[in-house]
Amino acid sequence: MKTSIQNRRETLKQSALVVGLLAATGLFPHHAHAAFNKAAFEAKNVADALKALGVGMPIESKGVAITAPDIAENGAVVQLGVSATLANVKQMLILVEKNPTSLVAVFNLTDSVEANFMTRTKMGQSSDVYAVAVTGDGKTFYAKKEVKVTLGGCG
Amino acid sequence: MADPTRIRAQVAGDKATVRTLMSHEMESGQRKDAAGKVVPAWHIQEVEAKLNGKTVLTAEWGSAVSKNPFLQFNVKGAKVGDKISVTWKDNRGDTRTDEATVT
Repeated sequence: MKTSIQNRRETLKQSALVVGLLAATGLFPHHAHAAFNKAAFEAKNVADALKALGVGMPIESKGVAITAPDIAENGAVVQLGVSATLANVKQMLILVEKNPTSLVAVFNLTDSVEANFMTRTKMGQSSDVYAVAVTGDGKTFYAKKEVKVTLGGCG
Repeated sequence: MADPTRIRAQVAGDKATVRTLMSHEMESGQRKDAAGKVVPAWHIQEVEAKLNGKTVLTAEWGSAVSKNPFLQFNVKGAKVGDKISVTWKDNRGDTRTDEATVT
């Protein structure tokens, strides 16, 4: 009985390791139904969040667009629009650089939905806001815009 | 149980624009209450949208999405009379699904 428990523990440990490796190399299947990526959402900056999601550092592209106000009076509600005209976009991300946790939202696309989303976010202070598009071949592109916040929405 | 999600889906050309307004506190986990204790995070983590029962979009959200989240997206090939459903799940395990007809 004791050995079987140990075996089970061993197996669990190993599978956890495999999951970790997959996540680290970015091989983790995005559509393996929305396991909430806690590490990515707890990352304190843009680079760490992207790393935790397993996507490479993006390059700036005209194929990605972000619409946001120049000045947001109320940081608790900042309307953001992100869109991409690139072909075969699989994932779109919204990040706010100077928030306590940078990653705001991850959208996993299918063929039936356009790479065009609008939502509202909280911003603690004036910051650059990033829209990131991940295409089917694993390339990542971004657009950014600075939003000035008069009244923070995190406090 | 949370209030219903308001969903409006309107056809525009060969696609439908879907606007949703979910009802959720979206507590960030950064705020402190009057006694100086941190109010624990409570926010929607997963969102799934379906067109006639087929998943068209999934999303993961952090705590930085605003209170009573608004989400707009476009569904290709949706026609008048089609059903759009939106499901959310928060970090306490609460979940809610609402459905609307495309007009």
